Amino acid sequence: MKNDGFFKLAVIVGVISWMAIFAFVPNILVFLASFSSTSTQNFIEPGFSLSNYARLMDTTHLSILLSSLRLSGLVTVICLVTAYPFAAILARTRKPLRNTLLLLVVIPFWTNSLVRTYAMTAMINSSGIVNNVLLSLGIIDTPLAMMYTPGAVVLGLVYTLLPFMILPLYAALERLDRRYLEAARDLGASPWRAFWKVVVPLTMPGIVSGCMLVFLPGIGMFYVSDVLGGAKAMLLGNFIRDQFLTTRDWPLGAAASVTLTVLMGVMLLLYWKSAARLGGKEA
Amino acid sequence: MRKLRILYATLVFVFLYLPLGVMVVYSFNASRFSMAWKGFTLDWYVKLFSNAALMQAALNSLLIAALAATCSSILGTLIAMALQRWRFPSRKVIHTSLFVMMMSPDIVIGISLLVLFMALSLPLGFWTLLMAHVTLCVPFVSITVYGRLLGFDPHVVEAARDLGAGEYEVFRHVVLPMVFPAVLAGWFLSFTLSIDDVIISFFTTGPTFEVLPLRIYSMVRLGLKPEVNALCAIMILITAVAVFVSQRFLKEKS
Repeated sequence: MKNDGFFKLAVIVGVISWMAIFAFVPNILVFLASFSSTSTQNFIEPGFSLSNYARLMDTTHLSILLSSLRLSGLVTVICLVTAYPFAAILARTRKPLRNTLLLLVVIPFWTNSLVRTYAMTAMINSSGIVNNVLLSLGIIDTPLAMMYTPGAVVLGLVYTLLPFMILPLYAALERLDRRYLEAARDLGASPWRAFWKVVVPLTMPGIVSGCMLVFLPGIGMFYVSDVLGGAKAMLLGNFIRDQFLTTRDWPLGAAASVTLTVLMGVMLLLYWKSAARLGGKEA
Repeated sequence: MRKLRILYATLVFVFLYLPLGVMVVYSFNASRFSMAWKGFTLDWYVKLFSNAALMQAALNSLLIAALAATCSSILGTLIAMALQRWRFPSRKVIHTSLFVMMMSPDIVIGISLLVLFMALSLPLGFWTLLMAHVTLCVPFVSITVYGRLLGFDPHVVEAARDLGAGEYEVFRHVVLPMVFPAVLAGWFLSFTLSIDDVIISFFTTGPTFEVLPLRIYSMVRLGLKPEVNALCAIMILITAVAVFVSQRFLKEKS
């Protein structure tokens, strides 16, 4: 009994200070850096100006930002449309088989995404499987140039991120009480209407968290663009990385990172809103 | 309709597994330069294991993953217990932050830690990488363990307290044994997270301490190579085993 208060106090103080050092301080530093100016000596010259955000909004940088958002948005839509029916099928499969199938989704989920990106190159490069099959079937007579295009980056991102969409959707669909759906049908709703008015709202937290888990990494995963997209930086992630490691323009990189964080904040708010709406309904 | 569903699910699985399967098959292909099949060989695996720099990077990765998983399991469990059992200021903020950290894009975590280490003028290498990976993993462990703690009967803890157990004894002899499967699952989760990470390692380690994903990254950028196929095949195998084991631990609870 004698160390009673001590253990509790030590754990609480430890937890709070760990969170402060590794979660709060780093983000505050990046936030401050985004308002500073560059210096040749310390990377960062403390100060306050909005010039980094202004620079981020000039034509060249803005086009990188917008094209990265567009690319990632496209990836998110493709993943959502592909994963939703798949997750629904999974949620309706019977127990022993369902667990095996789930494990088969979880393995790629945890496999190194760099390894998976690399596996995609063996599929689509000029001497890759896809070209070989198409050539031998006589559909094409010269190999298609699929590598180093925006399409290859989209394919690579969809490939690596699809499991991150499937799992939250599956979790939401599995929890879905099918009686709501039956009630809607009994009351005369068409299957289509029942889907949009009942299933989609009830699985909204899963949809939002899946989109978040695809959209945000889709902006940041610079190595997918490096491996499949070639030298042209297509993602905001490449841009941020270059500002920190090549160009050494930390404040500009910090401003881009803060922008990404704000985006995450907006998506998290959407998530909480959709989850709270459901929680309120059930209570 | 049923056939259509099976067909669709099969197509998605083919999409997920075909590239991985092709890579594994080609890691046994004797031909170096073409994708044409020239016979079975284990040469690339032999070559892999005789590449000293690569082996060192692999050992470094395993070391970091094991240490990061152990540290974050301890820390994550303590955080989960503190959040669940005690009321203290900033409790809600910490709970929310853990969730936000779990959702944060790796690149945001990576550069924020890089800025922190630079501000503290720590040289990038083993220690900074370890701290970064612990930061990456802790939220996942805490959320897993916290979920399991919520499922317990609080009377067990109260009974232990009434019988005279101190906070530490409660943790050591009551809470820890109850949540142990979740802690183990968290350990494996952290191990995989750490070994798979590219982006955070990219920013938080230096030339003195190279890890496998970064080594693969520099090899992959130079194009397809059969040794890389072999290496990737091994990584897939390790992940599959780790996932399988951690699922077993999580299943024990239900």
